[in-house]
Amino acid sequence: MAHLNLDPGKIRHCRELARKISAPVESLIDSHTTIAIERATLRLLGVDGAVSQANQVVPEVNVIIQDLQKSGGLEHGILRWFVNGMIQTKMTATELATQVAKRKIKLRDLPQAPLEEVRAKAHELCRDAVERLVEAREQRDALRADLNDPFDPTGRNGPLLYVIVATGNIYEDVIQAQAAAQAGADAIAVIRSTAQSLLDYVPHGATTEGFGGTYATQENFRIMRQALDEEGRKLGRYIRLTNYCSGLCMPEIAALGAMERLDFLLNDAMYGILFRDINLKRTLIDQHFSRRIIALSRIVIHTGEDNYLTTADAIENGHQVLASQFINERFALHAHMTEDLMGLGHAQEMDPAHPNVFLLEIARAQMTRDIFPSSPIKFMPPTRHKCGDIFYSHLMDAMFNFVGVLTGQTIQLLGMATEAMHTPLLQDRWMSIKNAKYIFNGAKDLGREITYKRDGMIEKWAEKVLDETVAHLEMIHHKGLFRAIEERAFAEVSRREDGGKGHDGVMLRAPDYLNPFFELL
Amino acid sequence: MSQNTAQVNLKKLKPYGDIMNDGTVQLCFTLPVEPSPEAREAAIQLCEKMGYDQIKVATMEKAANGFSLFVIYGNLKHTVDFTQIHVVKVDAQKRSREEIDELIKTRIGRKLVVIGACTGFDAHTVGIDAIMNMKGFAGDYGLERYQWLDARNLGAQVLNDELLKRAVAENADAVLVSKVVTQHNIHMRDMKDLMNRARQMGLMERMIFVSGGPRVTHPLALECGFDAGFGVGTRPSDVASYIVEEFLRRRDLALLDEGAGTAPAAATVSVPAPVKRSKLAKSPIKKAASRLVGKSRIAKRPKTRASSKR
Ligand code: B12
Repeated sequence: MAHLNLDPGKIRHCRELARKISAPVESLIDSHTTIAIERATLRLLGVDGAVSQANQVVPEVNVIIQDLQKSGGLEHGILRWFVNGMIQTKMTATELATQVAKRKIKLRDLPQAPLEEVRAKAHELCRDAVERLVEAREQRDALRADLNDPFDPTGRNGPLLYVIVATGNIYEDVIQAQAAAQAGADAIAVIRSTAQSLLDYVPHGATTEGFGGTYATQENFRIMRQALDEEGRKLGRYIRLTNYCSGLCMPEIAALGAMERLDFLLNDAMYGILFRDINLKRTLIDQHFSRRIIALSRIVIHTGEDNYLTTADAIENGHQVLASQFINERFALHAHMTEDLMGLGHAQEMDPAHPNVFLLEIARAQMTRDIFPSSPIKFMPPTRHKCGDIFYSHLMDAMFNFVGVLTGQTIQLLGMATEAMHTPLLQDRWMSIKNAKYIFNGAKDLGREITYKRDGMIEKWAEKVLDETVAHLEMIHHKGLFRAIEERAFAEVSRREDGGKGHDGVMLRAPDYLNPFFELL
Repeated sequence: MSQNTAQVNLKKLKPYGDIMNDGTVQLCFTLPVEPSPEAREAAIQLCEKMGYDQIKVATMEKAANGFSLFVIYGNLKHTVDFTQIHVVKVDAQKRSREEIDELIKTRIGRKLVVIGACTGFDAHTVGIDAIMNMKGFAGDYGLERYQWLDARNLGAQVLNDELLKRAVAENADAVLVSKVVTQHNIHMRDMKDLMNRARQMGLMERMIFVSGGPRVTHPLALECGFDAGFGVGTRPSDVASYIVEEFLRRRDLALLDEGAGTAPAAATVSVPAPVKRSKLAKSPIKKAASRLVGKSRIAKRPKTRASSKR
């Protein structure tokens, strides 16, 4: 592969700065919990029911955690009360959950078993839960081994063809996903309904109405997983499934994704803060627990730096993307993830009218590849400068595919000619896959045939972005991550430490906080 | 056009490929059946029903099991009378930022308060930012940059109720709403809901309601109860031009209703010459304007507010 001649000393310095930037956040993470983490903990024990409340279907985990938050005691961890409840009532986790959610049993009113007994039992339950996750992982990996699996994190096999479905109806999504797989897609992402990230619960059951996407529910995951497994067997090719692990339920989605054998999860340490106005602390604490689950299940995350370039200019702000990638990498390492699971995101979003724009895009794509050589880089297509001229838009996607294959990107989210209009139709996806197959095949080994000119335009641009990244990370380190975010370090968005949604779901852990998952995952 | 080619007939307008009036159209669609001679025939018959003749199937491809994709050329039989087309448009003279500032300064004498947001669960801020933030759009400065506008951008995911409460609290003159996500017409639902609430709160008279977004058009905005709508490529100065003109138009109407004698305190510099009713009636935004003619909208403004300079 052709590589850029970048100063390894500067790259090391960036990683060092990212480590220093995240250190204070890591101690915040280690001393706090959230209602979402506690709900995810129950879900991992198998609590998956829902109850009817005021004509609404509410997940049992929500009722249980909410009631305990109100009565006080959640800072000790849900398991302290819940496992005691299991000991006292001799019920299974699911039986007890239903009784508590129906408010027939009050956890706080039960007699209290010796704490040592509760701890031992909690540990045992969590160990069993982890075993179930390992089984799901092994089942998934066995199917990959059985079928032809084109995925290689370092991108050696050429970019993976990744497309989205977003009809709002999971059954319609299945039709669209299977059609895409038949046309050649390797990975399917089911886009979530607008604003699901702001729901402080995971909707229940199969869903058929969503806006701009389909609700992420455990049942929807199951339906799509089964459909893709079937399709993959027919095609003799493993098809990956993706969903969104972000928003107020990030840890729960990680748990559900792990149980239902998802391959990829969109999971970013800061996306929720910047683009959904979710509280900063809540997001950072939640992302950690979700990544612990993800690490165990060996799911590949995709980070969301591409989004920065939709609100901030892509030519001027390449350094924000790179700086954020270093920070995301650091938080992932802290959550025990390995590099081959870190699908660091970036995008081809520069103004197409800019002179020599492809040279700059090649520089950005190649430097991302070179700086994170073991990570499955996720390359996102032009979106911001897409307009209603679908023919021009198709051409933009072709050039994006060319840059992707040339620079050895691992996961290529295929652009859609109709990006500025609607979520993709069957024919949009088909056209887009045909475009990618043509270019990925035709330029397959081009990156191995060329070298970049020493001190040429491409190398110089990469060097400039790297220098700006060093300066940006130094600034963030100097101010601290929270203040830097408040002062628009990323995406030209400002967020305050105590602002945003979900702040009231953050709690300082009590000294005897109980959650064995933090040791077992 | 040379003498050797046909002239365009505006009374019978049709698409143009390479010969005047050839009616050439390109189409692309999918049928939920496998490619087959029958599928091809079905596609042709559908095109005939759409009003095409000389239908040529350029390609029929298998897009997936059970789906065939077509690219088709056909010549459209129908025509439209271009001379009879009337489109409801936002009626405002295009002015520059300097001109708008000057107009507000001289004819209104206080800053106009403009509150904007992307509403509901819609998280797209780029459009409303392009209109409101300093930086603006395509080299045209945003409303925050205007000296005589007090522009406040509340960002995205603002609930209708919240937006209206803020508009009341800050005595807004204009409320700007951005809607980007349109799947299952969620944008229209949200827009109508906002206007229903505004009506119930009696704000229609007090504020100018403007919506915008890539799929918003002026007629669509009117249908949802707004005063105006702006779509793709809108520049901040387009919106500012409209707001000022509409503000003045309403004030003039109010003046007419109250009799030309009472000059508004707000017009510190010059009292506008009363606009003739006949001129207003001809305005393309008749629908919106006719709603104004009811007992003075502006008169309901709190008196203190109309005269106080901000
Ligand atoms: C950037 C972007 C995002 C960013 C938004 C970042 C941000 N902070 O704004 C992110 C990544 C967060 C995002 C998220 C989503 N997006 Co989006 N996004 C886009 C994208 C690529 C560009 C939009 C944009 O910024 N355009 C540039 C601005 C300047 O243009 P504009 O909005 O049209 O504004 C102009 C005019 O319309 C007008 N205007 C706009 N508002 C107003 C208001 C007033 C008062 C006036 C006068 C004028 C006016 O003036 C502006 C300047 O000329 C479009 C695709 C595209 N190319 O259009 C998709 C797109 C809009 N997104 C889409 C979707 C579905 C989503 C999601 C729902 C996906 C999901 N399921 O998660 C989420 C939304 C979540 C949510 N809660 O809303 C769809 C919408 C489909 C539809 N028709 O319903 C699109 C079309 C992409 C697609 N093909 O699927 N998105």
